[in-house]
Amino acid sequence: MVFTEPKEAFPGSIYDITFGAERTVTFGGENSLAFHGFEGAAPHHPVIAFEVQDSLPDDWPPAVHDVYAGVSGDPAAWAQFCQNELKAQAIALRLLSTHPDRADRSAADAARTVADVLAAVSVPLIILGSNHVEKDAEVLVAAAEAAKGRKCIIGKAQEKNYRTITAAAMANDHLLIALSELDINLCKQLNILITQMGYARERIIIDPMCSALGYGLDYTWSVMERIRLAALAQNDAVMQQPMLADVGMYVWKTKEAQAPEAELPRWGSLKQRGIAWEVITAGSMLLAGAELLIMRHPEAVASIEQFIGELSVTEAG
Amino acid sequence: MLIIGEKLSIIAKRVREAILHRDRSPIQEIAVNQWRAGAGMIDANIGPAGEEGEALMEWMVTTIQEVVPLPVCLDTTNAGAVEAGLRVHDNTWGRPMINSTSNDPERFPMLELAAQYNALIIGLAVGKGGLPADAEERCALAAEIMGRAMECGVPLEDLYLDPLVLQIATSQDHARHVLNAVKMFQELNEPAMKTVVGLSNISNGCPKHIRPILNKHYFTLLMHEGLAAAIADPHEVAETVKTLDVLQGRIVYAHSYLEM
Repeated sequence: MVFTEPKEAFPGSIYDITFGAERTVTFGGENSLAFHGFEGAAPHHPVIAFEVQDSLPDDWPPAVHDVYAGVSGDPAAWAQFCQNELKAQAIALRLLSTHPDRADRSAADAARTVADVLAAVSVPLIILGSNHVEKDAEVLVAAAEAAKGRKCIIGKAQEKNYRTITAAAMANDHLLIALSELDINLCKQLNILITQMGYARERIIIDPMCSALGYGLDYTWSVMERIRLAALAQNDAVMQQPMLADVGMYVWKTKEAQAPEAELPRWGSLKQRGIAWEVITAGSMLLAGAELLIMRHPEAVASIEQFIGELSVTEAG
Repeated sequence: MLIIGEKLSIIAKRVREAILHRDRSPIQEIAVNQWRAGAGMIDANIGPAGEEGEALMEWMVTTIQEVVPLPVCLDTTNAGAVEAGLRVHDNTWGRPMINSTSNDPERFPMLELAAQYNALIIGLAVGKGGLPADAEERCALAAEIMGRAMECGVPLEDLYLDPLVLQIATSQDHARHVLNAVKMFQELNEPAMKTVVGLSNISNGCPKHIRPILNKHYFTLLMHEGLAAAIADPHEVAETVKTLDVLQGRIVYAHSYLEM
């Protein structure tokens, strides 16, 4: 008897998302689990966006901040550096200074920053608020208007502010990140609420909330895995969106990425530690099903790109 | 769970009159309402319909499929009418279903039509004699029908076994027999045989206000036993289908699950 390789075929598939205007990238579209291209179609590779902030990232450890020395005070220059020097496929602009506990900059200021960055780069842009529920509702509306015509991804819409942010995404033809906090039922509910506003479910990106290795990565993993199985195996049309892993912000605040070598000599090189932490976290999120990553260190990004290339086998492979 | 919308039956006065006057709009309105409420197929019950059966079934199928992207369940004892319906059926929306064959020789030609037109078919667990007494007799009849289906070249996965729901008001014990039969039918083959019921038969002859209660609760028990399809009013059972999908883990819960 000839051995037949068992293959699992699913009834459901993931929507594909294309964003950007001048230059575009596409992710999602598969009908198999992550890197199971031998079982089904996986037409697009996951996409990595470099994170850029609208103010000096003074809480980034030197290992990653040093890469952006000279540009990190100017978001447009920083974005341009990522595009031209680091060959970024996409950029994620985080409007962190709008947070009331930081500089509390206005929505109008944020809109100007968005316009400056958009003028400086042609790669697709993700526009993120400061994760303050009320302030994001103002900031992202202004940002969405400033970015009209560039088909950006904006977010994150949450249970308490999704109405305004969804309306802004809809009015200005952007894609939308829907964030729920490690809860598959709330994730589904938020997707339903957003679609009930008339926003197309094929234009949502799920953020199930990321976490770093050692700091709850297993929770994120298991929620992502369940979301993906609901999409593929149960063919649940409101769970078939691609998923985002916002990796960098969780990794670079961990003790492992920050504690000096003098204090913890046995932990080895601080720089390598941080990069390794970002690689392992990002790689894990990809294996759990993420199609869009936001990362910080170019060496970590290079490793992950290699990882994606090696694991992306096609039907023939 | 496949819900086959039961509302286009010649027994209903509005449908009967529409058929009599070949008035398409009531037929189409009822079909659309059932589709929107979650029906996956529309039953077209034209009764035995003598000589005009062929023209009538053709008219029903095309009238329904003109407005609803669903397959039709051809519900009549008239083989000529079934064939006429199969000929005009638009399979873009799924394969048609024949309702039904049984262990009565008069119903055997239905299996040949199913084979010829690649249609799904309901096998009703009755024979020439009287009604089956219990679940075991239903199984014996079902096995006969399965054997004949295979002889005719109808794949067993295209056969839906119907244990014959009887009225609770006159045949109370049969409610339990049918539940047992739904479970036992599935064990007659591997992969499990599919099962179907005419749900509202359970409450036939009961006071109008308790009929939906009986139907819904009975449907819950049937789904628990693994029922695959039901000829039913989708408005009446949609909530139950969605709720059991959540309770039995076929779909992820969300507060708005009923709105999906």
